[in-house]
Amino acid sequence: MTLPPDTRTPAETSIGSTAPEEPTRPVGLGVIGWLRWGWRTLTTMRTALILLFLFALGSVPGSIFPQRGVDPDKVAQYFQNSPTEAEWLDRFKLFDVFTSPWYAAIYLLLFISLAGCVLPRAFTHVKEIRRKPPAAPRNLTRLPYGEAFEGDLTVEEAAARLRRKRFRVVTGPDWVAAEKGYLRETGNLFFHLALLGLLFAVGAGGLYGYRGNVLVVEGDGFANTVAAYDRFMPGQRVTAESLAPFSFTLKDFHATYVDSGEKLGQPLDYGAKLSVKDTPSSPPRDVELKVNDPLDVNGTLTYLIGHGYAPVVKVTDGKGQVAYEGPVPCLVDDQATYTSECTIKVPDAQPAQLGISARFFPTTATDGKTWWSIYPGADNPSLQVYAAYKGDLGLNSGQPQSVYVLDATGMEPLLNMSEPPHAPLLVGGTFELPGGAGKVQFTGVKEWITIQVTRDPGRIPALVAAAVAVIGLVLSLMVRRRRVWVRVTGRKVAVGGLTRTEGDGSAFSEEFAGLVALLRDSQDSPDSPDSQAPPAPQAGDRAAASPTEPGTGPDEE
Amino acid sequence: MSSQVNGGLATLSDQLILATVLLYLAAMIGYALELAFGRVRTVAVVPKRQPVTVGGGASDDVPTGTEEPADVEPEAWAIKAGGIAVLLSWIGWAANLAGILTRGIAVDRWPWGNMYEFVVAICFAAVTAFLVLMTRQPIRFLGAFVTLTAALGLGFAVLFLHVQAGPVMPALNSYWIAIHVTAAIVASGLFILAGVTAILFLIRKDGVASVLPARKDLERITHRAIVISFPIWTFAVIAGAMWADRAWGRYWGWDPKEVWAFITWVAYAAYLHARATAGWRGKAAIIVSLIAFGCLLFNLIGVNMFFSGLHSYADLPK
Ligand code: HEM
Repeated sequence: MTLPPDTRTPAETSIGSTAPEEPTRPVGLGVIGWLRWGWRTLTTMRTALILLFLFALGSVPGSIFPQRGVDPDKVAQYFQNSPTEAEWLDRFKLFDVFTSPWYAAIYLLLFISLAGCVLPRAFTHVKEIRRKPPAAPRNLTRLPYGEAFEGDLTVEEAAARLRRKRFRVVTGPDWVAAEKGYLRETGNLFFHLALLGLLFAVGAGGLYGYRGNVLVVEGDGFANTVAAYDRFMPGQRVTAESLAPFSFTLKDFHATYVDSGEKLGQPLDYGAKLSVKDTPSSPPRDVELKVNDPLDVNGTLTYLIGHGYAPVVKVTDGKGQVAYEGPVPCLVDDQATYTSECTIKVPDAQPAQLGISARFFPTTATDGKTWWSIYPGADNPSLQVYAAYKGDLGLNSGQPQSVYVLDATGMEPLLNMSEPPHAPLLVGGTFELPGGAGKVQFTGVKEWITIQVTRDPGRIPALVAAAVAVIGLVLSLMVRRRRVWVRVTGRKVAVGGLTRTEGDGSAFSEEFAGLVALLRDSQDSPDSPDSQAPPAPQAGDRAAASPTEPGTGPDEE
Repeated sequence: MSSQVNGGLATLSDQLILATVLLYLAAMIGYALELAFGRVRTVAVVPKRQPVTVGGGASDDVPTGTEEPADVEPEAWAIKAGGIAVLLSWIGWAANLAGILTRGIAVDRWPWGNMYEFVVAICFAAVTAFLVLMTRQPIRFLGAFVTLTAALGLGFAVLFLHVQAGPVMPALNSYWIAIHVTAAIVASGLFILAGVTAILFLIRKDGVASVLPARKDLERITHRAIVISFPIWTFAVIAGAMWADRAWGRYWGWDPKEVWAFITWVAYAAYLHARATAGWRGKAAIIVSLIAFGCLLFNLIGVNMFFSGLHSYADLPK
């Protein structure tokens, strides 16, 4: 005999996959018929499989094109470089793949399919757990695993020994039927339900959580309000009042780098010293903010995600008045050396506004004509002014402007990039702008950090769901559903076994051999079973009722 | 953490990895000789079911149509070559392990902080999976393919990915690297094993004599390897999300590496479903598993080379 071609458990075959793989299309059945057909099609394994493929395929563009939610600057750049292409991509939401309607359609269909498939399976499984293992088939030695021996085993004793092995057991007059491994299906169901839970947790986190980024210079403070952020991304259900009212001052940022050898300049460690107030009235506490170690204020987490330099400058205008004094955060241009780009906008300068571009070198090196940085630490910092303009900075034009980019259209150049570069200023040095427009004094170096503040109430539920999913998955893949029968006829004992999971026969054959040995071992029996001869075998009637194919037999719905 | 690197140990590590490549290649030749001159599996189909012997251990997995060794006695020297190959691959395995350990000690951190170290560790995991499985299952025929794959992988790492031993970015300096990356390595090693058997499945034609085992055995080994590695991969992805939650302020942000880890996961889930779907069992499911394997490899190599993202710690040679 052969195993039935479908060796999965009945529960697995009966729902989802038993709904015939291709439900026949209803002919003239009206709306209800079509709906039923649609539902049945949606909950087949084949549809689930196709949706899984689409899910994977649909994610691919999300890795190829820059995503607004991840890197909006890159998307803007894409629009600048190839506007028509970008417009088309945008029409298909390819810059917002993971929040696009078509992506949502795929995963919602998949999860509806999953619910439609798994919930009925859960009911079936509950029923099956309550049901007794099916009666023994007639010829046990013809099962995939079968053995016969002679011994003094009673039905009760066999049942007891199998029970001790944590089999679920029923007995007949001359037989024992035992089954084990229900956890497989239980695990599978929990796994699928946990995926649904994960989806809800992620969705809830998106609705009720928020994320914000801000740059803070040493010595400055931050208070958790919407206005304080450079970029704030709230979920739909977040209100300004729901932000935890904590605040901090950045006392110091410090970084160490590899200072010799091939890896020169690679960061080794960095951290920021904060003085944190959990609420406006609570006393300040000192916190060391590091990578992999966020600040936690009642579930609102603050992360250190970047750092850079902010040279302190003093700009004196054409009229001899100090028009700006303070740190200028510069964007890091080269991660290896922290050469940075600085934009100094001086709207208060008289008689005309000033715009200045400069380069910051943390550790300056030179060949006499050009200058560069050789190391990211601020060992020998310098500031090189390379362009300057006077005129209208355009701050009142209504156009939004980045503080890091100087738009010099409509300004009069004072100093041009094409000229040979000027020697950079060391700390304390002063650069005279041409034409008496003013001067720039480099007075010191501060550092800045960028932080991200997040609150995501879905993260713990998501973690729980994920953990349940893993445990369910392990059970679903590792546990075997198996049945064992024993038939006792006088001194003849027949044992048959069946595993209903593909591909793990070798493991079951070991287990089966172990069970046979357990049943043969007469020492194990506490009393002599000889006196209580089992009832005479009832041939025929019972065998007719018992299945010939136990795998597909009695518990088929 | 200090930036001190023990240069002597680092060099020793490089030499051990080179030795590993040579040992794996030598083992590969041994396995290949055994395969070529050893037993040929014919199409002879044994009676549907063997009578079950007392003791039970000998009963077959699926008791239909097993293919039997041909009558031709395998050459004795060929079997010996196979035995030597097993020995060589264990020695190569030890050299591989020593190469990883010396590098880790040289830099005083977990030795999978960049792509070179990562690929070396994955090759080690693949060979380990094979050798361990071989102690319980008759899969020696796989030896030639696994050792070749590992040798090619290590060769690729040495030639194109090698960077000097050194400290890692602060973000990688976390106990999470031990959890997340180790799980990814173990799962990848097993996926490689599954990929090799899946390819052999496609090469092997049913009904002809071959040195390879029957298709259903290849299918079974593929499935087994994926069944073990899929939960480990799932765990690796979740651990990655937990690390991201510590390091980057969100547990999931569709960074390219995350996207492809997810695609790989969905593709292997699709394989498991395909295997349970009428009309998809067998060849179609095997092809799905190979697509999933392609996604895994792309995530390992392609994503680091073509996309930039938060995961760009790969530290490729410049
Ligand atoms: C988010 C979507 C889904 C994912 C990620 C997923 C994942 C998985 C995984 C990893 C397994 C392996 C466990 C095993 O083989 O026993 C599995 C099994 C299974 N899934 Fe899903 N699944 C999804 C949706 C569905 C849907 C929609 C259905 C129903 C149409 C379904 C039905 C099944 C069945 C019947 C099994 C058992 C198959 C077997 O016996 O091997 N799944 N699923």
